[in-house]
Amino acid sequence: MSLTFPSRRRRLLKLLLSVTGGLALPSLHAAPALVPLLTRPIPSTGEQLPVIGLGSWITFNVGRDPQGRRESVDVMRQFFAGGGRLVDSSPMYGSAQDVIGEAVQALKPARLFSADKVWVGGGARGVAQVEASRKLWRVPRFDLLQVHNLLSWDEHLPILLAMKREGRLRYVGITTSEGRRHAEIEKIMASQPIDFVQISYNALDRDVEQRILPLARERKIGVIVNRPFRQGDLTQSLAGKPLPGWAADIGCTTWAQALLKFIVSHPAVTCAIPATSSVAHVRDNLLAGTGRMPDETLRKRIAQDAERLA
Amino acid sequence: MSEWWTYSLSDFLMFSSRSYYRLIESYNAAIWPAHVLALVAGIIVIGAIAQPRQHLRRSAALVVAAAWGWVAWAYHLERYAEINTAAPYFAAAFAVQALLLCWLAFEPGNAAPAPQRVALGMTGLAIFAYPLLALTRDGGTWRQAEVFGIVPDPTVVATLGLLLAWRAPAIFWLIPMLWCLVSGATLMELKIGHAWLLPALALTAVVARIKVRKTPCDVNSTANPRS
Repeated sequence: MSLTFPSRRRRLLKLLLSVTGGLALPSLHAAPALVPLLTRPIPSTGEQLPVIGLGSWITFNVGRDPQGRRESVDVMRQFFAGGGRLVDSSPMYGSAQDVIGEAVQALKPARLFSADKVWVGGGARGVAQVEASRKLWRVPRFDLLQVHNLLSWDEHLPILLAMKREGRLRYVGITTSEGRRHAEIEKIMASQPIDFVQISYNALDRDVEQRILPLARERKIGVIVNRPFRQGDLTQSLAGKPLPGWAADIGCTTWAQALLKFIVSHPAVTCAIPATSSVAHVRDNLLAGTGRMPDETLRKRIAQDAERLA
Repeated sequence: MSEWWTYSLSDFLMFSSRSYYRLIESYNAAIWPAHVLALVAGIIVIGAIAQPRQHLRRSAALVVAAAWGWVAWAYHLERYAEINTAAPYFAAAFAVQALLLCWLAFEPGNAAPAPQRVALGMTGLAIFAYPLLALTRDGGTWRQAEVFGIVPDPTVVATLGLLLAWRAPAIFWLIPMLWCLVSGATLMELKIGHAWLLPALALTAVVARIKVRKTPCDVNSTANPRS
C-alpha cells in the first residue's frame, strides 16, 4: 500500500477554492496549507482516503452549549477546508453525532466520508440505532459502519454486511481501543469479510505492529487508528521538550505532527483520527498528512525518542 | 463488559472539563435567580443543625429532600444527560435519596441530637464556600458557581452535615457516599484541582459519624415535642 497524491486537476482546483474561501474568513479559520493531503487506498476497493481523519470522542460532546457547538463546527470547517474527509463518531459519544450533523448541515462538505458505529446489545436494536444515528448525522447513508468495541459483533456484522450488499452502506468494520480483545479482533479479521479495523496505535503503544497490522495487510483490510496521542496525554507530556533534529527532515514543527507521521507512515495504516476541539490543532494535525514521511529507520527513532522524552 | 479489568477511569469519562463547566454555567444562567431561594433554603438547614428542634428538623429534611429532587430532575435529567449517558441513573439515585429524606422528615425519632461542630462546619462549607470554588479554577468564573440545591456536590456535602448531626442510620448515607466517589473520580479525571475535596469531606463525615456513635445523645438539650 503506498501513499499517493491526488492528481486530478479538478480536485486540486477544489482544494485551492476551499483554501481561498478559508482565507476570506477570520484568521482563526485560515487554511492549513496549500499542499494537498496525502491519501491511501482503501484496500478492499482502492478508493483514496486522506491519511488524516477526525475523531469525535469527548471533543464534540458539548451538549446543547451554543459556544461549544460553534467551535465544533469551526473545527470541522477547517478540517474539510484542509482536505479532510473521514469523520468518525459513535452513539456512545453523547451529543457528538448531533454536533457533527449540525456541521454537516451547515457546511455541506462535498466529500465527507461518514464513519459511525453500532454500540448496543442485540442485532435488531442495532438496526434502530443505526437509523437514529443516521438522522443525527443528517446523511442519506453512512460510508462506514463499525461494530463498536466488538459489542454483539456476531449479531451486528451479518446485518451490516447485508446492508452493504443492498447498497445502503459502503464499508463495514470493527473497532477496539487501548489494546483490548486483540485475539478476538484477529479472529474476526481472519474470518469475516470486513473492510476496516479500528485500533489504538501510537509511538508508545505499538503492540498492533506484531500481528494486527501485518494481518490487515495480508487480508486487505483498511486500518483506522484511534487515540494517536493517548487522549492528549502524549502530546502534553512532550510539550516543551525540544523536537529532535530528525523532525526538520520530515517537515515537522510540532510533536503532534511527528507523532501522527509516525502512525500514518506505517504501510498498513489507512488513516489516523485525532480528535480535537481546537481549530489550531486540527490545522496542525492536517499538516502531518503532507510532505515527507519517515522511513522505517526514522520511525524507530521517533518511537525511541517519544519513549525517552514522554 | 468483557476484560473489565483493562478499563480505567478515563475510559468512562466522555466529556471535557470545558463542556462540564459550560453546562453548569448555562444551567445557572437559565434558572437564575433560583440561587437566592437555594441560599435561603441552605440557611434553614444550618438553622436546623444549630437549633435542634423537631419542627426545624422536619423543615430542613424536607428542604434537603426537595433539593435532591430538583437536582435529580433539573440537573441530572435535563442537563447532565446531554453529555453523560449515565446521568439518568444518577437522577434515579437522587430521586430515591429525596424520598429517603422525606421519610427521615416524618420519622418519629427519639430526639434531635445536639449540634456538632463538624456537621455545622460541613453544611456551612457546602452553602457558603462551595460556590467560591469556581473562582479557584483556571478560567473559572462566578457564573460557574456550584450552589447548594442547584448542583449535586454542595447538595451532597450539606446533606452529609445534616445526616451527621442527626446521627442518621446507614441507609441514608449510602447514596451520598456513592456520589462522593463518582463525582470525586470524575473531577480527578477532569484534572480539577479540588477533586480531592468531596471524597475528603465524605471521609471526614464517616469518621465523625463513627465517633458520635460512641457518645450518647444530649436528649435534655432538645425541645422534641414527641419526647
